[in-house]
Amino acid sequence: MTQTYQAQIYVTLRPSVLDPAGVAVQSGLKHMGYENVDSIRIGKYIELTVSAETEAAATEQLNVICDRLLANPIIENYRFDLKVLSAA
Amino acid sequence: MKFGVIVFPGSNCDRDMAWVTQGLLGQPTRMVWHEDSDIDDIDVMIVPGGFSYGDYLRCGAIARFSPAMQATVKHASQGKYVLGVCNGFQILTEIGLLPGALTRNRGLHFICDRTPLRVERNDLPWTRNYETNQVITIPIAHGEGCYFADDDTLKSLEDNNQVIFRYSDVNGEINDRVNPNGSRNNIAGICNREGNVLGMMPHPERSADIAIGGIDGMGLFTGLLEMAMID
Repeated sequence: MTQTYQAQIYVTLRPSVLDPAGVAVQSGLKHMGYENVDSIRIGKYIELTVSAETEAAATEQLNVICDRLLANPIIENYRFDLKVLSAA
Repeated sequence: MKFGVIVFPGSNCDRDMAWVTQGLLGQPTRMVWHEDSDIDDIDVMIVPGGFSYGDYLRCGAIARFSPAMQATVKHASQGKYVLGVCNGFQILTEIGLLPGALTRNRGLHFICDRTPLRVERNDLPWTRNYETNQVITIPIAHGEGCYFADDDTLKSLEDNNQVIFRYSDVNGEINDRVNPNGSRNNIAGICNREGNVLGMMPHPERSADIAIGGIDGMGLFTGLLEMAMID
């Protein structure tokens, strides 16, 4: 039976990649007085729905989608959570 | 020699390219719409600058899947020439024709300037009209031009002499102060192992017409033409 899953996908910069936007936001927080905030890294959050026979099939497809388009493995890591939306 | 210039929604340097290849050099030039995949008539494919598909997600990430780019990969695999400038360079890395990736400029600013570049080797058609270690001045205009590659990839690029242009000072000195965007090893342009695919952030097409100042970029285009005549 095909099910619809919602995927919540997090794309983050790999630790070795400079994140100048994160550094800029951190300096903003310092100006606000938050001296205790550190290590800001800015990433992306993507939502989508996918219909698949099994959760394993949905996971496999999402890995390909993330590797090929949603993230660039040279500079980014990703992870995602899947939850069942409805049975179709 | 016939040139093809890909036009994506959001390209903005495509006409400048065609002005150089057709307007100044008198070579047949065809604008190739991104949905077009028949490019068998083309000798040199140019992936121009701009903001293809709005550069949504990442610069060049969506353009990579266009029919014209799929055809360009095949074109490159046949040993034919491919030039990617600025957004074109970003697309060539996304599609895997060149290693590494272009990330946000170190200083966050979009940089529009002229910058000296040191030519690292002149045994390729792209650079045969320059001397090795010659310093040329070419405009840059980008927000995401910081070249990144992991240590192994960087070593392989250097070992195989794939770095063609580096950001330098006017005397050819390479150091961090003259690195406009934080690129590793001051990399401004690289080629593939075979040398037929070149990607660079600086804009040689904006430095080819004496009417708008500098012509340091023209040698890149004339080098290709001369090579075709020798062949």
